[in-house]
Amino acid sequence: MFESLTDKLGSALRNLRGVGRLTDENMADALKEVRTALLAADVHFTVARDFVERIRIQCAGQDVLKSVTPGQQIIKIIHDELVKLLGEGETSLSAARTLKILMVGLHGSGKTTSTAKLGKLLKKRGYRPLVVACDIYRPAAIDQLEILAKQEELAFYADRNSRDVPAIGAAAFEAARTATADCIIFDTAGRLQIDHDLVEEVRKLHAKVQPDEVLLVADGALGQEAVNVAKAFHDALELTGLILTKMDGDARGGAALSIKSITGVPIKFIGTGEKAADFDTFYPDRLASRILGMGDVVSLVEKAQESFDQKDAERMAEKMRKADFNLEDFLAQMQQVKKMGSMQSIMGMMPGMSGVQLPDDSERQIARTEAIIRSMTIQERRKPEILNGNRRKRIADGAGVKIVEVNQLMKQFQQMQQMMKMMKGGGAKKMMRQMEAMKGKGGVPGM
Amino acid sequence: MFGLYKKFKDGLAKTVSAIAAKTHGLFGGRRIAAASLDELEEALYTADFGVETTNEILAEIKQAYGKDKELRGRQAAEIGATVLQRVLAGAEGVLTPSSPAPTVIVMIGVNGSGKTTTAAKLAWMLKQDGRRVTVAACDTFRAAAIEQLKAWATRLELDLVASHTGADAAAVAFDAWQAAKARGSDYLIVDTAGRLHTKGNLLEELAKIRRVLQKHDATAPQHRWLVVDGSIGSNSIEQAKVFHKNFGLTGLVVTKLDGTSRGGAIVGIWRELKLPIYFVGLGEQPEDLQPFSVENYAKAVFSLED
Ligand SMILES: Nc1nc2c(ncn2[C@@H]2O[C@H](COP(=O)(O)OP(=O)(O)OP(=O)(O)O)[C@@H](O)[C@H]2O)c(=O)[nH]1
Ligand SMILES: Nc1nc2c(ncn2[C@@H]2O[C@H](COP(=O)(O)OP(=O)(O)O)[C@@H](O)[C@H]2O)c(=O)[nH]1
Ligand SMILES: [Mg+2]
Ligand SMILES: [Mg+2]
Repeated sequence: MFESLTDKLGSALRNLRGVGRLTDENMADALKEVRTALLAADVHFTVARDFVERIRIQCAGQDVLKSVTPGQQIIKIIHDELVKLLGEGETSLSAARTLKILMVGLHGSGKTTSTAKLGKLLKKRGYRPLVVACDIYRPAAIDQLEILAKQEELAFYADRNSRDVPAIGAAAFEAARTATADCIIFDTAGRLQIDHDLVEEVRKLHAKVQPDEVLLVADGALGQEAVNVAKAFHDALELTGLILTKMDGDARGGAALSIKSITGVPIKFIGTGEKAADFDTFYPDRLASRILGMGDVVSLVEKAQESFDQKDAERMAEKMRKADFNLEDFLAQMQQVKKMGSMQSIMGMMPGMSGVQLPDDSERQIARTEAIIRSMTIQERRKPEILNGNRRKRIADGAGVKIVEVNQLMKQFQQMQQMMKMMKGGGAKKMMRQMEAMKGKGGVPGM
Repeated sequence: MFGLYKKFKDGLAKTVSAIAAKTHGLFGGRRIAAASLDELEEALYTADFGVETTNEILAEIKQAYGKDKELRGRQAAEIGATVLQRVLAGAEGVLTPSSPAPTVIVMIGVNGSGKTTTAAKLAWMLKQDGRRVTVAACDTFRAAAIEQLKAWATRLELDLVASHTGADAAAVAFDAWQAAKARGSDYLIVDTAGRLHTKGNLLEELAKIRRVLQKHDATAPQHRWLVVDGSIGSNSIEQAKVFHKNFGLTGLVVTKLDGTSRGGAIVGIWRELKLPIYFVGLGEQPEDLQPFSVENYAKAVFSLED
């Protein structure tokens, strides 16, 4: 996957080893690498430059903590600053009723899908949403919204004969009254920020419906263009929030930092898939780690500190490093993980795993897995190779599951072992090193 | 060719003025100064060229500047365009029909990149050229995707083979090939559902489309094009790599270059994978699809019209 910032910083940081105080001179190389890493994550050129400057000012003159390396200290500062920047602003929606939301953005960014997602979410929160089709250009755009509305059981309004978008918006109020809706979401056509006529059109729609929220829907993989887009939309419509879509992919999401820095508008939601349920509230720390390309190592380390027994962590790190890891360890580790929080959020924090979506029932799955391992003898746990058909049947009976589930677990376990072998040289090692680094320095964050 | 260039230039005109505004005077008659090299670096980065290409162009301009302190902005731009043309040498894809007909072109790409619109525009362009074309609606997943292509087919009078949402995409492709053959089509253009390159199960669906087409013709689909959105950054390279590994891409189409983005990520894709670029999308109308020209692209990016 991605080379993490920590990898990239490698040599630049090594030069810092042993310095007692961070200065402009000794940080220069490291900061250059930081800039390159941000650019590689598609952060806008000037945004990256300004950000690095902020970091330089913050770092300069700081004494290096005894317990961490200068590199770790810089990364922690960068990470914290990024979290602060990304997280600024109010992420919840306006409390107005009737709540009026205008969705805007470039072509294909995910406006229609996000309209349905937001409708579903607000419905769950007790609203009665009406979605309004204001895209009269893209072929079958109205049909698309109508189908999604039907699927999510949302009230829907369109006027297929009208070419007057502001008028459609105005007419939606009548439809909202009829449907006793207390929330109206306007889905608009994709438009280039430089398309004067279409920008004028959406401004008129805006003037007509006076939305409480104007949400820019932007593809999480946007490049440098993000700045031009966000600025122009913000100038024209005074955005109130940002929805970052397609974050189920592996884009680093640097565009979010660009948009955030240029407009100051808060990031409100994250699109994580094509289905209406694939919609998340926004966590600045996760995105920060993703932009830096290091998984949420920071919070993983922090969480780990709270719940991991130090000796256990050490032992586990050793085992993982050697890729010598049996089912007994697996069980022990699962218990640790349970202490740390939900599996999904842990996965979200692992380098390279942030895009991995666990099935909804994964927590239950874990309980079953535990039951299966608990039905094994100690010997079986330590030497899973000896599990033949008979043993597997006995275990399945003991755990109250089907044999296929035991087989599945064994297969997964094998894959996991393989993965560890693979990761021996990569991110995991670094993660473990962080965990080791924190042993014996209680309280000091590992990064 | 002039007409094409004009169209391309018009499409990129806004882009050009955007760069020109940012690098105010930089590419004009003014002499380059050390400070303008920074501006130049910024201009290159903001075109999404990425670290490698940016450094390469910068290095040559700096070298020229080192030799000649009188270097003017326009000359710097010319150097930039020359480097870009050198990097992209051979990147122009040329579409020719193969035999036996139909030549099958599959549009592949992440969600919302412009596959359906490109399929319609391309069909129209080939039709204008006197070719017979059949289009297959193999996005059976997204809401109203079939209706979208149907609307295009009605508007542009295209032959379309479609089923219903939820149908097996590969089965539609299979039927479409047969229909194309029966109608004597020169081309079969297959629109597929948008999918992220990170989703293994969805990549498998593409492989299946390919397998069933090969039951008809072992050489099909002759073209497997990745449609990339020109405003996307470095992730396009990731997309191209993964789709290429899984599906063996044969070319690219870059869309939405009528905006102010310069689509520089395609340079990165070319560097990594050497996949030719066949067309660029310069708008939402059928005529807004243009063959990719390295020279025009390079000149447009450095605002060197003549
Ligand atoms: N400005 C501009 N818009 C384009 C271009 N190509 C496509 N679009 C628009 O981008 C949006 C998405 O295009 P589609 O063709 O539906 O994209 P797709 O890849 O088929 O999308 P999915 O099937 O939903 O994944 C539509 O609003 C198109 O009108 C282009 O070259 N320029
Ligand atoms: N994987 C993924 N696809 C998405 C997401 N949001 C939207 N899409 C897809 O992106 C494409 C364009 O979305 P659409 O809502 O039609 O965009 P619009 O043109 O802005 O209205 C469709 O194929 C959607 O299914 C997301 O968060 N993840
Ligand atoms: Mg839409
Ligand atoms: Mg499509």
